[in-house]
Amino acid sequence: MNDRPVNAFADFVRRSHARGSLVVQPRMGFGDPRAMREGLIAVKGANATTVGTVTLDSYTRLGKLADARRAVAEGGDLNGYPIRTHPPETNRGVLEGVRDRDFPVQVRHGSASPQGIIAASLAAGLDTTEGGPVSYCLPYGRLPLRRAVRNWERSCELMVRARAHDVEPHVETFGGCMLGQLCPPGLLVAISLLEGVFFRQHGLRSISLSYAQQTNAEQDREAVLALRRLAGALLPDVDWHIVIYNYMGVYPRTRSGALLLLERAAELAVRTGAERLIVKTAAEAHRIPTVGENVEALEIAALAAQNAGGSGPPDTGAGSEVLDEATALVDTVLGLNADVGAALVEAFARGLLDVPYCLHPDNAGRARSYIESDGRLRWSHTGALPVRPHGRSADRRSMSAADLLRALSHVARSYDESAATTLDRLPGISG
Amino acid sequence: MGTDATLDVIVSGTESDSHTWNLVFLQLQLEDWGHRVRNLGPCLPGGELAEECRRGAPDLIVLSSVNGHGESDGLAAVAALRAVPELAGTPVVIGGKLGTGRQLSAGAGGGTGGEMTHRLLSAGFSAVFHEASGVAEFERYVAALGAEKARRAGRVLEELRAAPTP
Repeated sequence: MNDRPVNAFADFVRRSHARGSLVVQPRMGFGDPRAMREGLIAVKGANATTVGTVTLDSYTRLGKLADARRAVAEGGDLNGYPIRTHPPETNRGVLEGVRDRDFPVQVRHGSASPQGIIAASLAAGLDTTEGGPVSYCLPYGRLPLRRAVRNWERSCELMVRARAHDVEPHVETFGGCMLGQLCPPGLLVAISLLEGVFFRQHGLRSISLSYAQQTNAEQDREAVLALRRLAGALLPDVDWHIVIYNYMGVYPRTRSGALLLLERAAELAVRTGAERLIVKTAAEAHRIPTVGENVEALEIAALAAQNAGGSGPPDTGAGSEVLDEATALVDTVLGLNADVGAALVEAFARGLLDVPYCLHPDNAGRARSYIESDGRLRWSHTGALPVRPHGRSADRRSMSAADLLRALSHVARSYDESAATTLDRLPGISG
Repeated sequence: MGTDATLDVIVSGTESDSHTWNLVFLQLQLEDWGHRVRNLGPCLPGGELAEECRRGAPDLIVLSSVNGHGESDGLAAVAALRAVPELAGTPVVIGGKLGTGRQLSAGAGGGTGGEMTHRLLSAGFSAVFHEASGVAEFERYVAALGAEKARRAGRVLEELRAAPTP
């Protein structure tokens, strides 16, 4: 490994973890290069161990470059940074003197056809990105999964070819975040791992695996431990780490509820030995957060991680429900075809992978989930998934519209309530 | 009312909007009210939407947008739908968070929510439901359509019964 170039992003995450610091990261993107640069500088200056993010705008994500160009020309507001529209020298100028060994930057985009974005990123010296053939296809549109798989294969080729220029690319799978909420953790862990195995098969040697905080802290802990355990077996010759996402569903409306949820996410990361955390802000339920609100969230998360102490006692997560489900799903899919991309396509076609409530035409749509009284996400209908609804907890009734609204707001409601009763225990936080 | 009032409904997102949960909610809500739903999901361009609706021949088309670009996306979608002769008389409605705060508040730039509603209705929508109007207004609209369908079916049966037998 020593003669190979290392990925600076993964290397910084590893060094930070070794000295006991959780790396925290915002999601942030601005259309204007100066605003983007200032945002990165503010994140770098936060009182926390941070990495930078360049989130792209939705025109660029959808490949509507003419619209992005028009918006830039007219000085209109974009909801992210149009990396394919600004010239390469502008892109490099945004990073010049900001990005360094101790402040690496990741490009976040959400595209199922990311070849052009990857090429523009590499041209700007940005060798670290995220996504995946399943996680950036099924939740966001109707592009056939088969085509998304081919697009991501080509994107991996582009990244691997960049090694000729002493670059070691890094990709994070977004598979642990499917639809943000109501996807049982066993399936999140499985998709995260399967996309990781896909990246490895297509030549990536530096990968991160995601998992988004869900509805029950103990189930989340089991999930991250399962992810770690299975990654150890499936990615033996890869430099990998785990990234936790602060809850991605309907967000608490109160400031104290939102911050409490963020602190729980930081604690989850520390207790499971996860290396990186992507934060949300207290403004999340109401609007797109400002740079200052992002910096505040990063600092609060860092403080919560420090207060949670070092990583807990070694726990393999053996025997958990999440591990059993994830193992069954991963084994079934990898058994379908030696080509992981083809195996993913076949698995969705046969309903062996089936994301609850996902409306994509290539998703079987027979699996359904619900939140149990203890807050755990469970299957009510498993369709053709190779998992069983757990006997004592299986709840076969269908969800009504009112049930769905209750489930979607479960986390927001319980954190708003719980923060209201524990407010006096949180120093420095005013409602 | 019985099954005669059951509507075949197509639910769809709009082209620039990748949100899913609003569409899942609408499907469950319409199913709770006894209707049959085909959900086309998020990010559907107008042309594809029109083709799916032409083939599906629904009683009602429901578009939902929550990303603040509902007006521009909606205008494009309804133009594509109304260009299909088979859909000329099909009720097409749109709802959600249809504009940014600035566009919806009085006086600034895009005018009031009322003006936006007017533009959307002029372009061919049968009804417009802003976020603030809540579900009850939509429920009344859908129930009235169901009742109308049941009445029409009843009339057809009467006419068939009234037709002279050979």
